[in-house]
Amino acid sequence: MVVLAWAVIRPRDWPEAVAAVPAAALVVGTGAISARDAGEEAGRLGPVVGFLAAVLVLAQLCDDEGLFRLCGAWMARTAAGQPRRLLAQVFAVAAVTTAVLSLDATVVLLTPVVFATAARLEARAKPHLYACTHLSNSGSLLLPVSNLTNLLAFSASGLAFGRFAGLMALPWLAVIGTEYAVFSRFFATDLEAGARGGGGEEGAAGIPVFTLTVVAVTLAGFAITSAAGVNPAWAALGGVAVLAARALSQRRTSLAALARAADAPFLVFVLCLGIVVRAVTGNGLGGALRPLVPSGSSLPALLATAALAAALANVINNLPAVLVLLPLAAPAGPGAILAVLLGVNIGPNLTYTGSLATLLWRRVLRQHGSGPSLWEFTRLGLLTVPAGLVIAVLALWAALHALGG
Amino acid sequence: MTTDTDADAGAGDGPVLVWITEGTWRASVDAALRLAPPGAPVTLLHVTPAELPEAAHGAYLGLFGRGQPGRDPGRRVAELAAISAGELLDAAARRLGRPCQRMERHGVPEREVISAAAGAGLLVMARDGDRSRLGPKSLGKATRFVVDHAPCPVLLVWPETAPAIDTIPPPPHPPHPPRPGPRRP
Repeated sequence: MVVLAWAVIRPRDWPEAVAAVPAAALVVGTGAISARDAGEEAGRLGPVVGFLAAVLVLAQLCDDEGLFRLCGAWMARTAAGQPRRLLAQVFAVAAVTTAVLSLDATVVLLTPVVFATAARLEARAKPHLYACTHLSNSGSLLLPVSNLTNLLAFSASGLAFGRFAGLMALPWLAVIGTEYAVFSRFFATDLEAGARGGGGEEGAAGIPVFTLTVVAVTLAGFAITSAAGVNPAWAALGGVAVLAARALSQRRTSLAALARAADAPFLVFVLCLGIVVRAVTGNGLGGALRPLVPSGSSLPALLATAALAAALANVINNLPAVLVLLPLAAPAGPGAILAVLLGVNIGPNLTYTGSLATLLWRRVLRQHGSGPSLWEFTRLGLLTVPAGLVIAVLALWAALHALGG
Repeated sequence: MTTDTDADAGAGDGPVLVWITEGTWRASVDAALRLAPPGAPVTLLHVTPAELPEAAHGAYLGLFGRGQPGRDPGRRVAELAAISAGELLDAAARRLGRPCQRMERHGVPEREVISAAAGAGLLVMARDGDRSRLGPKSLGKATRFVVDHAPCPVLLVWPETAPAIDTIPPPPHPPHPPRPGPRRP
């Protein structure tokens, strides 16, 4: 709990690892988890975390090459002064960015570009900005690399990369469709206010063909390596090596900048969190939750699993939630694991901080809400999350039947 | 309180406040140019919704554990919002073409507008809402709030040409001609 509280409160902006490392040392030192189990957990999470680091660096290199600025210029040029068209474009770009370069890329790199694009077109920014924050969660269903939760589930499920994507394609599209339907009604006033045409003068910058090709080849590499029984993290590393070598030789980045993008403290945090969560689940939490996790992959079981995962993601955040639930859902097969993912990836949209617990903590710490009320965001979450969850589970159930669970 | 005898505009003595919003600000500036009392000082107001940087910051918090404050998109969005508000007010001032004051605020737009309008003689703003179906929802939530609570007269203008009079639907039950009274034999 201390690790979670620290990660939520983040005293003086210190990295989360500052609390997670001593906590992991404590659970090992007190014997809450044996050193062998802790080592095994770290060994299991190591490659997953390495894979994530490679994807984070890949996204940063794409940003350095101007890929997101180019997306902004393209959206500005083709929106033709119509906010509804801009919203559709933002949906497409955010969904693809999240799926391919992970939700971090959408939140950190794409969101400011989308805001700047809306501002340049004199369109109301709110629908487009909220689309980015929503799709960074609900658009992260498609590929194992889209979200760290997916990477964890992917390694636990034993599915091949291509099969994971095949099963999740329909739920991914279904959730995005649901979000779009709700957004276009919810923000009707902002979308009717109009915008300025043109504004795409910067479009002549040129498409970074090399970067896009490397990303496409890397993506294909994920599927090929995985089908051949090799960890797809190697494909990610290959893509990073090519782009980094080029950017370094052209002096457009530095090793220090690349190391910063890989975010080592976060990787340490995930390893330690995994050890702490394993200790906690081994000492009671797992036993307490086990009766709540349905077995089998019937439609009601999948629905209940996804709902439980969404609820837990809101109580303790989605990363610990997926670490807790995966060992419990794994015996029921890949269908149950993917249902957990639907819950932990869609559920965080209920509140703008990704979990109800984080939101309440921040409220408590701020005392008399000096911060803005994001009641509108929460209302949007109440409209999209339950509907998106049900539709996504139905789509997953259909995909499992069509492709064979 | 003095009685207002300026029947033309119905405006008081205070400055004319023009609410500048993305997408519809040109209509408000044009209306201010045409209808503000000559010589009245004009203030252009833009409000950045405080939720925007906060939502971007919240999404960053949701990336549980990625603790690099320098990468927080909330800060970047706040910077971009300040730049864009300044540019919008510049453009509005150019279109107005007469001396004016500028006011930039952050918060809940409708509430900031109400508080800025304290002491104003006239508030000029454009409609927003679903203008394709004229009825209760053709005034958006923010506009509706300002119309209800503004402490001064409000000039509410159409962002485009006002709809023609023949767009008014016929009344649901056409009035019947008066029935003749019961005939007596």
